[in-house]
Amino acid sequence: MKNKQILWRGEMTTKATLFRKGLAFLSGGISWLLIFLILPGLLFVGVSFATRGDHGELLWKFTIENYERLMGFSLFGWTPDYLIILWRSVEVAFVTTLVSVILSYPLSFFIASRPAKSRYVWLTLVIVPFWTNMVIRTYAWFYLLSPELPLAKLAIALGFIPEGTPLYPNAIAVYLGMVSVFLPFVTLPLYSSVEKLDWSLVEAAQDLYSSKFRVFRQAILPQTAPGLSVGIILTFVPAMGTFVVPDLLGGAKYMLVGNLIQQQFGSSRDWPFGAAVSLGLMILTMISLQIYSRKGKEIEIL
Amino acid sequence: MNSQKEKNLTIKNMVKTFGKVEVLKTVNQEVRAGEFFTLLGPSGCGKTTLLRIIAGLEIPTSGNVILGTDDITSLPANKRHVNMVFQSYALFPHLSIYENIAFGLRSRKINPDDIKRRVEEGIEMLGLGAMRDRMPDQLSGGQKQRVSLARALVNEPDILLLDEPMSALDAKLRAQVQEDLRRLQRKLGTTFIMVTHDQDEALVCSDRIAVMNEGQIVQCGTPEEVYDYPCNKFVAEFLGAANMIKAKRGTGGVETDIGFFHLDKMPDWSEGLITIRPEWIKIRETEPEQNGVLATVEDSVYRGTNYDLFLKPGNLRVRTSAYKHFRTGDKIWLELTAADLVALGE
Repeated sequence: MKNKQILWRGEMTTKATLFRKGLAFLSGGISWLLIFLILPGLLFVGVSFATRGDHGELLWKFTIENYERLMGFSLFGWTPDYLIILWRSVEVAFVTTLVSVILSYPLSFFIASRPAKSRYVWLTLVIVPFWTNMVIRTYAWFYLLSPELPLAKLAIALGFIPEGTPLYPNAIAVYLGMVSVFLPFVTLPLYSSVEKLDWSLVEAAQDLYSSKFRVFRQAILPQTAPGLSVGIILTFVPAMGTFVVPDLLGGAKYMLVGNLIQQQFGSSRDWPFGAAVSLGLMILTMISLQIYSRKGKEIEIL
Repeated sequence: MNSQKEKNLTIKNMVKTFGKVEVLKTVNQEVRAGEFFTLLGPSGCGKTTLLRIIAGLEIPTSGNVILGTDDITSLPANKRHVNMVFQSYALFPHLSIYENIAFGLRSRKINPDDIKRRVEEGIEMLGLGAMRDRMPDQLSGGQKQRVSLARALVNEPDILLLDEPMSALDAKLRAQVQEDLRRLQRKLGTTFIMVTHDQDEALVCSDRIAVMNEGQIVQCGTPEEVYDYPCNKFVAEFLGAANMIKAKRGTGGVETDIGFFHLDKMPDWSEGLITIRPEWIKIRETEPEQNGVLATVEDSVYRGTNYDLFLKPGNLRVRTSAYKHFRTGDKIWLELTAADLVALGE
C-alpha cells in the first residue's frame, strides 16, 4: 500500500514521492546543521572526555577527570570555585535579563504610543548600538565611567569610591555594560507584541475594577508573553556565555563561565577542560530554559 | 429594588475635544435610574466618546458626570460602579468563561463563596451553563456577547454601558438579541445606556432615545416621540424613511407644490419642510375630503410583507407602502392626514 495515490494540496502523488521531495528540500539545512553543529558538537563531547598532554596537546585517552574538576574535585580536595563561577554566570544572566525586561516594558510602550512616523526613528535609536562592535561599545563605558565624568564624580561625592578612581571594575559596571548590550534583544521582540496589543482588553480590565498591577498581569502580560519569551531567551542564553563585557568592565576578579572557557582554550591550552565547562554551561542553560518554560506557563494560567 | 439602583446620571456641559476636533459640543442630558437609554447617531457623532466618558475610559475636556449625588468626572474607571459591554466583547482569551465572568468580582476581592454564587447566577441568567469551562475562542459571536453581558452584570453596576452590542452579530440573531436585551433590562431594573447607529435596535430596546449628530444631542424622547415627531430633517431621516415636502406657511396649514395641506400643529417658520412617514400615507380609490393628492405610480417593489410604492404627485417623488400591487402608470389618490404631517424645525 506504500504507493497509494493521495491528494496533497491539489496534487496527485504518493506518500513515497512526497517524502523524497520533502527530504530534498530539507537536505540543505540538514547538511548545514550536521556539518557545522552536530558533528562539531559530538567532537566536543569527545574532547571533553580526553586528556590534556603535558604541553597542552590533546591526548585521546578517556577520562572523566575534566568533569570531576568542574565539580570541584582535585588532587587537593574539594573547592567550589568552578561551581561558584557557573552559579555567578546564571546570576548575572538572570539579573541582566530581568533589568532588560523591566526597562523594555516602558520603552516599548513609549515607542508604540508615538505617531507611526516617529516610531521608526525611536526603533532605529534602539538598534543603532548594533552598528558598533560590542568591544568598542564596552570601551565606551570606560570613558563614561572615568573619574572626570559626572557619574564617577557623583559616586565620589557620595563616598562610594575614593577620589580619582573610575567607576570600574565592579559588578555595577558589568551590569551597566551587559544591559546596554542586551536591551535591544528584549525591546525589539517585546515592541512587536506591544504594537499589536488589543487595548480593549486593558480597558475591560480597568472597567472591571482591576488595580494597575492586575491590569498588567491579566491584560498586558498574556498579550505580550510571546515577544517577552523571545526576548528573554535571546538575552539569557548569550548572557550566560558572554565574556567580553565582564572581562573589560569587571576586571580579572569578576570571572564568569565565558571567561573561564575562553581561558581554557586560550592561555591555559586545556581544550578537554574547556570542552567540559562548555558542556556544563550548555546543560545549565537548558535547565534554566526548562524552568522558565514551566514557570512561564504557570504565570499565564494563573 | 435596592437603593443602589436609584441613581440618576447627569451629564453636565460635557465638552470633549481631540486636538482641534470638537467631538462633543456642550452635551447636557439626564438618564433616569432604571431606564433603557439609547444614544443613536451616525458614526463620528460622538456617541461612543460620551459612553466612554461615562465609563471613565476617557477624560472630558470640560463638564461633569454626576451619578446620583456624586460627581464622578475624575474617578478612574476601576473605581466607578459602572460596567461596560465592549463592541469587540474584549473577553480575556487566557481565561475560561467562568473566570471571565468572575473577573470583576475577583478584582474587588469579594469573598469566594459570594463570587461563586454570583457567577453561577450570572451563568444561569444568560444560559451559559454548558460553556462555563470553555475558552473564549471556542465561542460564537452571540455566545461571546452573552458572556460579556454576564461579566458586566454580575458586578451589579449602577449603570450598564453597551457599545454597539449587536454590530458583530448577523441580522437574524440581532433581532433575537434586541428582544433579549430588552427583557433582561426590564427584569433587572438596572439602568442600561446603549450606543448604536441602528435605528431598529434603538426603537425596539429603548425607553428613551437621544439622537446625536455632530457632537450634540439633537432630540431626546421616547421611541414614539422621536419617530412620530422628529424635530428636524436629520432626525426624521435617520430614524427611517421619510418623505420631505417643501412648504410655505398658510392659514391653518401649508402651501406646497402638490397642494394645500391642513396641519394639526402649525410650524413657527414661514418657509420650511413638512414630512410624513411612507406607511402613514393612505391610499384611496376616490378623492378624500381633506389633504388629498392625485399621484402616478412610478414603481412598485415587492418586499414580502408589503409593496414599496414610489409615486409622483406632480413633480415630487413620494414613497409609501401598499398591500396590493399597482402597475406603473396607475393613477391613485393619496390622503395625507393632518395628524400625520409633521412640520420640521431647522
